[in-house]
Amino acid sequence: MKPTPKSTQPDGDRMIVNMGPSHPTTHGTLHIVLELEGEIIVKATPNIGYLHRGVEKLGEYLTYQQFIPLTDRLNYCSSLMNNVGYTLAVEKLLGIEDPPRSQVLRVLCSELARIGDHVVCIGINAVDIGAFTAFLYLFRERETIYDLFEMMAGQRLHSSFTRIGGLFRDIPPEFEPLCGQFLESCQRTVDEMENLLTHNPIWADRTKGVGAISPENAINWGYTGPCLRAAGVPQDLRKAQPYLGYDSYEFDIPVAGTGDVYDRYLVRTEEMRQSLRIVRQCLARLRSIGPGPVIIEDYKIALPPKEKVYTRMESLIHHFKLIMHGIEMPVGEVYSATEAANGELGFYLVSHGGKSPYRIHVRPPCYPIFSSFDEQVRGRIIADAVAVLGGMNIIAGELDR
Amino acid sequence: MVIERIEAQLPGAVLDQHAFRGDATITVSGPRFLEVVDFIFAEGFQLLLDVTAVDLETPEFRFEVVYHWLNLVSQERLRIKVPVAEGAAQPSLVSRFKSADWAEREVFDLFGIPFEGHPNLTRLLMWEDFPGHPLRKDYPLDGGDPFCTQDIGASFSPEARSLNA
Repeated sequence: MKPTPKSTQPDGDRMIVNMGPSHPTTHGTLHIVLELEGEIIVKATPNIGYLHRGVEKLGEYLTYQQFIPLTDRLNYCSSLMNNVGYTLAVEKLLGIEDPPRSQVLRVLCSELARIGDHVVCIGINAVDIGAFTAFLYLFRERETIYDLFEMMAGQRLHSSFTRIGGLFRDIPPEFEPLCGQFLESCQRTVDEMENLLTHNPIWADRTKGVGAISPENAINWGYTGPCLRAAGVPQDLRKAQPYLGYDSYEFDIPVAGTGDVYDRYLVRTEEMRQSLRIVRQCLARLRSIGPGPVIIEDYKIALPPKEKVYTRMESLIHHFKLIMHGIEMPVGEVYSATEAANGELGFYLVSHGGKSPYRIHVRPPCYPIFSSFDEQVRGRIIADAVAVLGGMNIIAGELDR
Repeated sequence: MVIERIEAQLPGAVLDQHAFRGDATITVSGPRFLEVVDFIFAEGFQLLLDVTAVDLETPEFRFEVVYHWLNLVSQERLRIKVPVAEGAAQPSLVSRFKSADWAEREVFDLFGIPFEGHPNLTRLLMWEDFPGHPLRKDYPLDGGDPFCTQDIGASFSPEARSLNA
C-alpha cells in the first residue's frame, strides 16, 4: 500500500489555500486549490468529481424513458430544461415530433426554468460579493416559479415533466392566472434588482474587468451561452438553429462586449426580460391553440391512457411491452443540442437497437467554461475568484455528472 | 458541404461517412486526423464542443473517439470519429483547442485512452488511484467491489475510512 501522493506541494513562499470542497461560495461540492503569493493567485487548480454519480454508465443500463429522472439531477436549478433537451435528443433519434400544444408548453416551461436559473446565478453571485438584498428580492420570484412547476409536474425541484413524444400531462386551469401574476411581479422584481445592482458602485467595482475574455479566446475555450454572448459573440441556438418553433416567437438576443462578470450579469438580466416576453407569447398561443393532446398517440412510443389500458386488449399489450421491453429504437447515433440557461446542453446518443442506449453522453455547458478558471483568475486576488466563480454559474451536478 | 471539400483536398482521409437524422458524420483514419483538423479549422469549424469516446468492443479498433465541432458562421455541425486500438494513443488537440484539455482528460479517465502531447493527462472525475476505467463495457455497473474491501490505495485504507482514528 503506497500513500496517496500529494497533488500540490508548497513551493517556496507560496501559500496553498483550499477553497472547498465544502465552502459557502462554491455552489455545490467544488474544490479549488489556490496557490497564493500574498493575496495574488499564482495558480488555481480545480479539482472536480465530488458529485460524479456515473450518470452515463447508469444510462447504458436503463431504458430511454427511465433516464429522464437522471437528467433532473444534472442542472438541478433548471431541471425542466434538461428534461426537454434529453427528450428532444431521443425524439431526434426516433425521427418523431411532439404535438403542437406540447411544443408550446415545453417552450413555456423552458423559459420559466431559464428565469429560475438566472435568478439563482445573479442572486448567489451578488450574495458571494456581499450584496444580500438583491438575493432576497429575486428568490421571492423563484418561489413562484417553483409553485408553477408544482402545478405542472407535481414536483418542485426534480420535475421529470417530459415524456418521449410529449409531456406527462397538461397544465391545470389554475396555472394561467398565477403565471399572469408572476409575469407582472417578476418584471417589477427584475427592475428593482437592476436598481439595486446595475449602477451600484460597489457591485461595479467588484465585477467590472474581472474575468474579461476576448471572443476568440472564449470560442477556443468552448464557451457557450450567456458567458459567450457577454464576450460579444451573438450565438444563441434558439435563433441560430431553432427547435420547438422558437423561430416563430419574438425575442432578442442580448450581447455585451468585454465578457467580464459585470457583462455576464447584464446579459443574464436582459435574458430574463426576454424570457418573460416569450412566456407571455406562450400563454397567448395556448389560448389560441385550445385544448388538445400533449403526447403523441403512437402507442409503440408513448403509454396509452389508463382508461384504455383497463378496457382494451391492445392497449394493455402496448402498456406491458413499453414497460417491460421499452421502445424499439432504430440503429444510429445523434447529437442534439438545446440552449440551456448556461449554454449549449448537448446529448450524444448511440443506439445499437434494443431498449437501452449503447452509449449516452451529456455535454454540460459549464464544463468547458469552468476549465478556463485558472486563466480567468491568475494574477488576481482571492476575492475576484469568488466573483468569477459566481459569474460562470457552475452547477456541480452537471459538471461532474 | 465541408465533407466534399475535405475529400477533394485530402483524398483518402475520410474512411466512411453518413448523415443519419441530418448529423454530418465522417470517420477519419488516425494518422491523417490532424491534417483534417487543421483543414476544418481553416474552414471555420472553430468551436470544439465536445470530445468523447465509445467502447465498441470490436477486435481491431476497440474504441472510437468522437469529436463534435460547430461552425459559428454557417451554423454547420460536424462529427468526426477516429477508430483507436486498445492501448494506442490519440494525438491531443490541446495546442489547437483549449476546450480539449478537460474533455481529453475525461476520456482518458473513463476509457483509458491516452492522448499524446497532452500537458497534464491525469484523472479528472475519478480519484487518482481509482482502479480501472468505468465507462469501458467490461467494467461492471456496481464497480465490482462495492464495499471497497480490497486494497485499492490509501484513500480507502481502514485508517482513512474510520471516523475514530
